Amino acid sequence: MIEARHRRFSFVRVLAIATNTFTELTRLKVFHVLLIFALLLIGSSVFMARFSFQQEFQILKDVALGAMSIFTSLLAVVATARLIPQDIEDRTIYTILAKPVARFEYLIGKLAGVLLLLAIGTLAMGAMFLIVLYACEQTVLHETARQTMSPEQLNDALRAVRASALNADIVPCIALIYIKACLLGALTLFVSTFATTSVFTTVVMVFIYFIGHLQATAREYWLQQSGAGWITRTFLALVALIFPDLQAFNLVDGIIAGAAIPLAFFVKTAALGIFYGAIYTLLAGVVFYGKEL
Amino acid sequence: MIRSVLVFLIVLVFGAIKLPIERDLSATHRQLHFRDELDLNFREQLSQLGFVAALSGFRSIVADVLFIQANVAWERTEWGRVLLLFRQVTTLQPRAVLFWDMAAWHMAWNASAAALNDRAQPRLALRIKAQRDFFALGRDFLERGIENNPEKPRLYETLARLYKEKYNDHERASEFFAKAAALPGAMSYDKRFSAYELSYVEGREHQAYERLRRLYDAGENQRLPTLITRLKFLEDKLDILDEQRINDTEN
Repeated sequence: MIEARHRRFSFVRVLAIATNTFTELTRLKVFHVLLIFALLLIGSSVFMARFSFQQEFQILKDVALGAMSIFTSLLAVVATARLIPQDIEDRTIYTILAKPVARFEYLIGKLAGVLLLLAIGTLAMGAMFLIVLYACEQTVLHETARQTMSPEQLNDALRAVRASALNADIVPCIALIYIKACLLGALTLFVSTFATTSVFTTVVMVFIYFIGHLQATAREYWLQQSGAGWITRTFLALVALIFPDLQAFNLVDGIIAGAAIPLAFFVKTAALGIFYGAIYTLLAGVVFYGKEL
Repeated sequence: MIRSVLVFLIVLVFGAIKLPIERDLSATHRQLHFRDELDLNFREQLSQLGFVAALSGFRSIVADVLFIQANVAWERTEWGRVLLLFRQVTTLQPRAVLFWDMAAWHMAWNASAAALNDRAQPRLALRIKAQRDFFALGRDFLERGIENNPEKPRLYETLARLYKEKYNDHERASEFFAKAAALPGAMSYDKRFSAYELSYVEGREHQAYERLRRLYDAGENQRLPTLITRLKFLEDKLDILDEQRINDTEN
């Protein structure tokens, strides 16, 4: 009899766990509620205010991108926080790990399931946002074109409408929102490996979320202020070293204000996000290997 | 225990590795205007929830909410509140030209007109003073807006309009229209408006004439009624020779 050689790491096993996790997560009511709420918010942002077209576009973009950012982050934390505690409670984890599945494969599979869910959520929200923005742009363009003005004025007006509506920088901005959510998912996975309940993980992640957005301030203060006492400096150093700089992924404000994202800058930011994600997954693996199950 | 220490050490080592990358990225952020530091004293002006939201990466949404509140305050003609809210909005989103523009418009055009027609104030001198104070507030918004967005033509254009319509200062209006026209993305009429304004300035007629003439010679699409009227006015004022004057019958 020929025995199939057992591989230490198998993409097929990871894929099986990821698919299963994804199916489980899509059946969760919280996912449906969050996604529907986000889509409604993005879709209805067009009716929120009746201002000039520039103000309408700005508010639409702010609300839509803000909604995408908060819902993907929330989904990443809520979906990941329950993965391990739920599997322990359902005793599924024992069945899986009793088979020749490495713990790291299990973790990666679980995380991949969440990342797939986040990708679909982001795509749905992104598509909705772009459709709404495009529809608004077309309406304003038609209204502008109907107005009586000289060809020169009409050109200026149409150019102004196009400049304040859809622009290519929205796409990398959405990509960075997704990367930020992935990083939060990996970090949540790390926290959940030593947490006992999903509520604890979620609460810790909420704090990490706020601290992460202030990390840059703490870091600059630590590195620039030599006059502060050693307790303050130690505290700031720990904040700077332990927490990720979540503000680095927050380009929404700049994009809406009209700033452009250079490709090199986007790649660098995305690479930092992937680097964070990889390290937190690795740390989750180290802790999970030592966890008594 | 050993595992926990190991994890902590990995976190610290990882932290030390990521630190220069984060700093470099932060510097690029600031350079590209993606990250404008929020003044922590701003907490006194904003509600606690709003401040937390602003610090958590939702500055633009907080700014929008405040902007809508400012519009409500405008509808109720609560000018003090409009001013306060627009100061908050522009502090939160200094790179959003629209907010500076709207703030200046409310102050220099709406609030100033309301101040001049304020029936609660019987003394005209005080009403005029209040009106001028609002002009100055509008100008201040625009100047600070330009400081934060020197590459965008829109605020230069609004400042030019403010000098033209509120201060009757055609020289400065011309200067700011010219600055707007020199920037990428400027409206095609900025250059023309700069020349129009210069034509009203005593002692700069020659320069204005040259500019208007160049625009006139640039082609049919520039030969608009105002340009022709101003050009004829200057031709008369400067005693331009008949053969050098623009052809009346053509227009």
